[in-house]
Amino acid sequence: MSAHTTELVVFIVLFLIVSGMGFVAARWRRPSDLASLNEWGLGGRSFGSWVTWFLIGGDLYTAYTFVAVPALVFSAGALGFYALPYTVVVYPLVFLVLARMWSVSHVHGFVTPADFVRARFGSPTLALAVAITGLVATMPYIALQLVGIEAVLKAMGITGHLPIIIAFAILAAYTYQSGLRAPALIAFVKDSLIYIVILAAVIYIPAQLGGWDSIFDAAKAKFDASAAPGDGILLNANNQLQYITLAFGSALALFLYPHSLTGVLASKNRNVIKRNMSALPAYSLVLGLIALLGFMAIAAGVKPVTAGGKADTNTIVPVLFDQMFPDWFTGVAYAAIGIGALVPAAIMSIAAANLFTRNIYREYINKDATDAQEANVSKIASLLVKVGAVLCILLLDPQFSIDLQLIGGVVILQTLPSVALGLYTRWFHKGGLIAGWAAGLAAGMWMLYLIPNPANGKQHFGGSAFGLANLGFDTKMTVYAGFLALGVNLVVAALGTLIFRAAKVADGKDATARDDYFADEGDPKVKDLDLTGSH
Amino acid sequence: MTTGEPGQPRTDRSPWNWLLVLPIVLPLLTFLFNADEPRLFGFPLFYWLQIAFIVVGVVSTTIVYRMTK
Repeated sequence: MSAHTTELVVFIVLFLIVSGMGFVAARWRRPSDLASLNEWGLGGRSFGSWVTWFLIGGDLYTAYTFVAVPALVFSAGALGFYALPYTVVVYPLVFLVLARMWSVSHVHGFVTPADFVRARFGSPTLALAVAITGLVATMPYIALQLVGIEAVLKAMGITGHLPIIIAFAILAAYTYQSGLRAPALIAFVKDSLIYIVILAAVIYIPAQLGGWDSIFDAAKAKFDASAAPGDGILLNANNQLQYITLAFGSALALFLYPHSLTGVLASKNRNVIKRNMSALPAYSLVLGLIALLGFMAIAAGVKPVTAGGKADTNTIVPVLFDQMFPDWFTGVAYAAIGIGALVPAAIMSIAAANLFTRNIYREYINKDATDAQEANVSKIASLLVKVGAVLCILLLDPQFSIDLQLIGGVVILQTLPSVALGLYTRWFHKGGLIAGWAAGLAAGMWMLYLIPNPANGKQHFGGSAFGLANLGFDTKMTVYAGFLALGVNLVVAALGTLIFRAAKVADGKDATARDDYFADEGDPKVKDLDLTGSH
Repeated sequence: MTTGEPGQPRTDRSPWNWLLVLPIVLPLLTFLFNADEPRLFGFPLFYWLQIAFIVVGVVSTTIVYRMTK
């Protein structure tokens, strides 16, 4: 008998209950017909405030977040706490923007951000760029959810890839059958478990470790003794700008991810979205407390699980739970993380599948696709996306997925001028936006390439903190690479717009009208998208 | 805000929207909170003040939602 039997039994039981719910979800709020993207991919666009709260919360705060944020706090300290200001800033930032996006999508039946760009700028090329950017940013994110499950399995002493394959096969099956209704229903369980576990953790664990004072003092002692220059329980002169730009840049990027928008478009009216912008910060509180688990792990003397000679800091939270909690509750906590991976993985694969269907299949392969054909293509694409994610983890070093996800944040930011600014202004020329997108991507890649990570000896793609010394400044200050890349993007897009205008290059036609951006539930819709733009 | 007078174009402009700037800017001003003392319930200032900013965010977005719906 292994020492982890109780944990494993609780984990498996909860996992199976949730899987059952995933299949039953197809009957929840049963529509007459699931065979359209509105139903399969957006749950009928009918979710009220509560469902939306669980769905978006379950989507944004992923298993990987729960594992990686405390791991970062564990090894770097204050800098890892950027996740908190990031999620405080994001909701007021997108409060008005998302309401506009919902309205225009409601009127025109948009399913993806690229759908909007297609209609707004009349450019299939720009829409394709936005769609591919979304796919590239989302795919590694799905793979990372597997890393979250793996961290838990490793802590239970389970190695090998078979459990992961089984978990993802079940996930793929019920997502195929139930669409967005599956993660929406499962999110209730996932988030309830997370709230219970975190509340228990922040009350019970500090009591065991001698209170918060001694937890922070233990962390301070560890960082004071370490040789690394950037760590500590406070920021220093060189990483404050990194902290600010990373928090702000991540906030700008969050709702550009196609999967975040899926949850927003699935809500039934503007007020549901606005109400959620003041209710979602409840998750930020949880995230802040989760980040502090990193310090608790330091105070508890947690040693990360080592595999192949390398210590995997992603395992510190599971190991901390194992050390502190009774076995049955550790099982509940592990299930919370495991199920926490399923909800976002399902939504992300649906969002990626929708991007493929709407902006590649329908645009380039079958222009006259019916609703049923679209739903079918999306269902199959969602399966392929999950197979791809599993293959990524099986065949490649998981570090590769982590690098890709880091790149993903920088990459998705480059769609901001066409998607977010596009909701406010048609000033940009489609050619300028494409040029800005390309320049931003190139600048972002170049900067990420130059960033080493001394901690694990990597020469390139070692993080997102770009040293200003690379640009010739005599300083050790660092800035979030995505933020600088977005600056390059905006400048090129503006200059390009002026040049294309001066050269009288034809611009695309705007298929949206001013009032579309303020429409609400019950207002008339445009049934079919105008697909007459030029390439 | 979507209940404008008939004939008036709809808009999402409102002076209340300026309230949203507060929770966007406050959490980015590191000089406000980058210190250990004073501690609250054992939390250094850096941690408890940033957690407190969540409340600022919730209050601001709630007020804007109520005043503009």
